[in-house]
Amino acid sequence: MSLLSTRGLSRSFAGLRAVHEVDFDLPKGEVRALIGPNGAGKTTFVSLLCGRILPTSGQVFFDGRDISALPAHRRIGLGMAYTFQITSVFSRLSAYENVALAARRRVHGRAEVDRVVMRALEQAGLHDRPDQPAGDLSYGHQRLLEIAMGLAQAPRLLILDEPTQGLSDGEVAAFKALIRGLKDSTTILLIEHNMSVVMETADRVTVLNFGEILAEGTPAEIHANAQVQAAYLGTG
Amino acid sequence: MDFGPYLMLASLEGAVMAAVLALTAVGLSLVFGVMRVVNVAHGEFFMLGAVLAWWIASHVGGPPALGFVAALILAPLAVGALAALADITILRRVDYDPERTIVATIGILYILQQVTLMTYGPEARPVEPPFNSRLALPWLEWGDTGLQMYWPWGLSTTSYKLFVIVAAVVVLLGVWALMSRTRIGLLMRATQLDRDMALAFGIPVERVYATVFGLGGALAALGAVLIVPIQQAHYLMGGDPLLLSFIVVIIGGLGSLPGTVVAAILIGLSDGIISVFFSPMLAKIFATLLVALVLVFRPQGLFGVKPR
Amino acid sequence: MSDSTKTVILHGGLLALLFLLQFLLPAYHHGNLARIMVLATFAMGYNVMFGYTGLLSLGHALFFAAGMYGMGLAMQYAGAGPVLAMSAGLVASIVVALVVGLLALRTAGVGFMIVTLMFAQAGYLIILYYGAWTRGDEGLVMPQALRMLGAIDFSQPGPRYFAALGLFATGFLLTLWMMRSPFGKVLIAIRENEERARMLGYDVFRYKLAAVVISGTLCGLAGAAYGLLFGYVGATFASVQYSIFPLLWVLLGGAGTVIGPLIGTLFMFYLIDLSSAVTSAYMLVAGVVLVLLTLFAPQGLAGELRARVWRGLP
Repeated sequence: MSLLSTRGLSRSFAGLRAVHEVDFDLPKGEVRALIGPNGAGKTTFVSLLCGRILPTSGQVFFDGRDISALPAHRRIGLGMAYTFQITSVFSRLSAYENVALAARRRVHGRAEVDRVVMRALEQAGLHDRPDQPAGDLSYGHQRLLEIAMGLAQAPRLLILDEPTQGLSDGEVAAFKALIRGLKDSTTILLIEHNMSVVMETADRVTVLNFGEILAEGTPAEIHANAQVQAAYLGTG
Repeated sequence: MDFGPYLMLASLEGAVMAAVLALTAVGLSLVFGVMRVVNVAHGEFFMLGAVLAWWIASHVGGPPALGFVAALILAPLAVGALAALADITILRRVDYDPERTIVATIGILYILQQVTLMTYGPEARPVEPPFNSRLALPWLEWGDTGLQMYWPWGLSTTSYKLFVIVAAVVVLLGVWALMSRTRIGLLMRATQLDRDMALAFGIPVERVYATVFGLGGALAALGAVLIVPIQQAHYLMGGDPLLLSFIVVIIGGLGSLPGTVVAAILIGLSDGIISVFFSPMLAKIFATLLVALVLVFRPQGLFGVKPR
Repeated sequence: MSDSTKTVILHGGLLALLFLLQFLLPAYHHGNLARIMVLATFAMGYNVMFGYTGLLSLGHALFFAAGMYGMGLAMQYAGAGPVLAMSAGLVASIVVALVVGLLALRTAGVGFMIVTLMFAQAGYLIILYYGAWTRGDEGLVMPQALRMLGAIDFSQPGPRYFAALGLFATGFLLTLWMMRSPFGKVLIAIRENEERARMLGYDVFRYKLAAVVISGTLCGLAGAAYGLLFGYVGATFASVQYSIFPLLWVLLGGAGTVIGPLIGTLFMFYLIDLSSAVTSAYMLVAGVVLVLLTLFAPQGLAGELRARVWRGLP
């Protein structure tokens, strides 16, 4: 059964079709990677899913319910979480408080919030610096803080927009392990450029090109797909 | 006087007002359009133009026309230079951050206003118009013998008021030509479209900004020099033009020059007409609320097109 | 020493100092400080929106005046005593803040600044337009007989200082408590990154509306108290100048700090007081300070303190 699906989802900017008539289904419990060349409409597509921008036409369903008309914060309330492509933390608040803001949407009471926050920080490998202002963290640590905020929400669907961009090799390895560990509890939609991350974490891969779905399949199938190779090489 | 002639008189007064308002508001609109900042001190540049006009006119001997012409040239130049200086020393240093710029220009507003109070003083002073003959105006009416022309008592204007209207039209055409036909206009439009791209193409964006801010101040000052033979120069006179320019620029669509001119004519005329028939205070209340509601419900302005 | 202990010592100490000062100050400064505490409450209200939520309003004179006229008109024309009149001021400022918030929050940034400026200007003009009731610029002098609560006469320096301190302490502790609470953290999060706060699932509009209403109410209370304690209600308090003042005070003292508004109001009050003895162009000082602050110290005095001495300053 699909946790998330779209039907005929489209969005154009000044006549330019960023996302066009996309029918997409994401089964519960799956880790799905969304790949595609630059400008393929990946970020626009996930922004339509979580309501950051509104579609020109089409529908989004979450857990069988039509959520096309819901504002972003209500969709998040239903159990979606979204981490930004561009590092987007509350820079003058501490790392702890950043995660606590995410946690408080779900749990209440100081002790309970504290437990959730410390666990999320630990999962993301940031437990040794809770009091540091987020703006003072290194770029890689800010990316990890984003992920910790996503984890603290304990979402049913976690949307990660290029989470490994700018991470060191060691941090990327830790990230892969983290995703594998979440597999049982969370459905994950991952926009990713790093092919080793895609190959090792994703159950299935969706390829977006010029705002349309070009191909879908297991990582191995996609790897062997001639059309996809052509799109990436720009000869298609 | 009958209603018809009365309306015509009100429209003429409104046209003078619209002419000066168009100059002032185009200055503000230019600054907002190119630099994306709101200059709250714009009304004080207007006030400085008027005060300087009085100062220049009273220091130039000879016939009133000589002093007036000197003021018409020198006051906008001086105010423009001062505005450019403010841009270089203050706005450039806050990096044109929209909110900090507003706070800084509020500071500039008080500095200009209060320094004027300390030097020029609290009095209101007139400038003598270069010419000011009264022109009686005719009115047409159906009478017993068909269409008749007669000269209603009180329906008149002055040659100077007509000059103000003509002068404003000429200057606005000049601004239009500057923006569309010259190299500096091209640079301004390029900067307006995309500041980073302009920088990448080697356009001296900082100099363009200083020029635009100076030009904005000079246009306000020019409007003030034109009005000061009709109204007197006073250190607090900057408030109304600032408010009205805001109204015009917002209703005309932020940063759009044609929209600004159309809105200036509309507001100037209707303000002239409304304040002849109704209380000017009530007109002002409606105008301010209108601006607020336009910004809330139609931020692209009444004449603007919604960006998509 | 933990941050909490330091916070308690600093803020508790400040309130204790203000309490003690009433016995030590000469009459002139005693009166000034009462005035400063009421105006600092106005600044603290402004700070809730500007400093903590990141909403820059240029129209807070409207809220100050709503409270002031709500109180003053009730006292003048309905013969209300202090409690009833203050309640009228409170209700007036809540209603005005709610309406302004619902409309103005549909805009952001520069649009928000201009919309609030225009609403405040309209409010000022309406006060002048109904001059028959408000007496416009001339203003209303509150009847002294009504400025009594039982045997307490608010026109006397002692009770006046005490009432001002009570008002100030209420606003002060409210902001301190609010900004350490989860609610306050959401406001700060909105200031830091509104889009991120929305994508954590917060209904940003409702939080901002709450900030406007809390801010407007606190400013309105300050306005009502000002009218009651100093016995005068006038249109000047609704003019643009009184929208610029709280911005100036908060910027000078340090936006987004609990003690900043008091520091800024105190400095600016005496700066203007001293310069108005020398020249009638005393607002020159305000202009120069505004420009210097934007250029050299956008964090204000308490902000510099936070950056250099104690990062945990709330």
